[in-house]
Amino acid sequence: MSKLSSLERSLLDLLQNEFPVDIEPYRIMAEKLQCSEQEILESIQYMKNKGVIRRIGAVLDAKHMGFYSTLCTCMVADNRIEEVAGLINQQRGVTHNYLRDHEYNIWFTLTASSEAEARMIINRLESDSRVKIISMPATKVFKIKVSFEMSDTNGI
Amino acid sequence: MEYDDTDRKILKIVQGDIDLESRPYKKLAQEIGISEEEIITKIKNLQSKGLIRRFGAVLRHQKAGYKVNAMTAWKVPLEEAEAAGNTMAGYKQISHCYLREVHPEFDYNLFAMIHVKSNEELSNLLGDISKSTSIKDYIVLNSIREFKKQSMQYIE
Repeated sequence: MSKLSSLERSLLDLLQNEFPVDIEPYRIMAEKLQCSEQEILESIQYMKNKGVIRRIGAVLDAKHMGFYSTLCTCMVADNRIEEVAGLINQQRGVTHNYLRDHEYNIWFTLTASSEAEARMIINRLESDSRVKIISMPATKVFKIKVSFEMSDTNGI
Repeated sequence: MEYDDTDRKILKIVQGDIDLESRPYKKLAQEIGISEEEIITKIKNLQSKGLIRRFGAVLRHQKAGYKVNAMTAWKVPLEEAEAAGNTMAGYKQISHCYLREVHPEFDYNLFAMIHVKSNEELSNLLGDISKSTSIKDYIVLNSIREFKKQSMQYIE
């Protein structure tokens, strides 16, 4: 993978942590980084094309939006992983779904409009897949941080 | 509901990827028939109410140089969970840390997502966290495959 320039790294830090909620956000960022707005827009497009930036927008809070979310896991036989993972993937509200290195091998997060709806979805997934699903809603949040420090990252 | 119909139209757009334009809200403003200034005010309002947790770029951490992304689960007595969770929250390599409902089948209750650049960094960090929290019993749930990863579409 080609390395990111120091401007790109500084830009990524700004884009993650100090994105101006303003009519012209990129003009403000250009002033801060002492470059042109066009350079900023081109750098962002480049990093989107490379897949470093997934999107730019709002990260909404499930709880404040009135939604219920939970982490689920199940134990699936090797020869059924594709099938069960596929069933889970199709479900609206499943945002992350991973195969992990443990006897509980499929792990997914489910966000639904209420606890009752989540329960109903899990019950239906259980009966469709014939696999028992363990649901582990959070009882306490210590940290949710989704930004990654870039300017101290060398060799990328 | 904590948001009105105009908020809903704004959230529907900003929950995804906003236009990569000098004035990213221009089109949205025309569509819903309010000014860009009003959109900015509404977004700031949604931020202060907590519905928008963060505004900015969402990265693909793997492509941003964080190659090792491990879900870790720790077994901690409930009365010690608060202190351990707060300690974990202080590590910049930990992005998410939650206490979760325990199950007899899977009774690890404290979950931490770790993002680092190498396996060596991971094992050093795990040793350090184990020491600083005095939790000896933990497992690392490495991801083998990603079936799905996307931002929640709260508004359809």
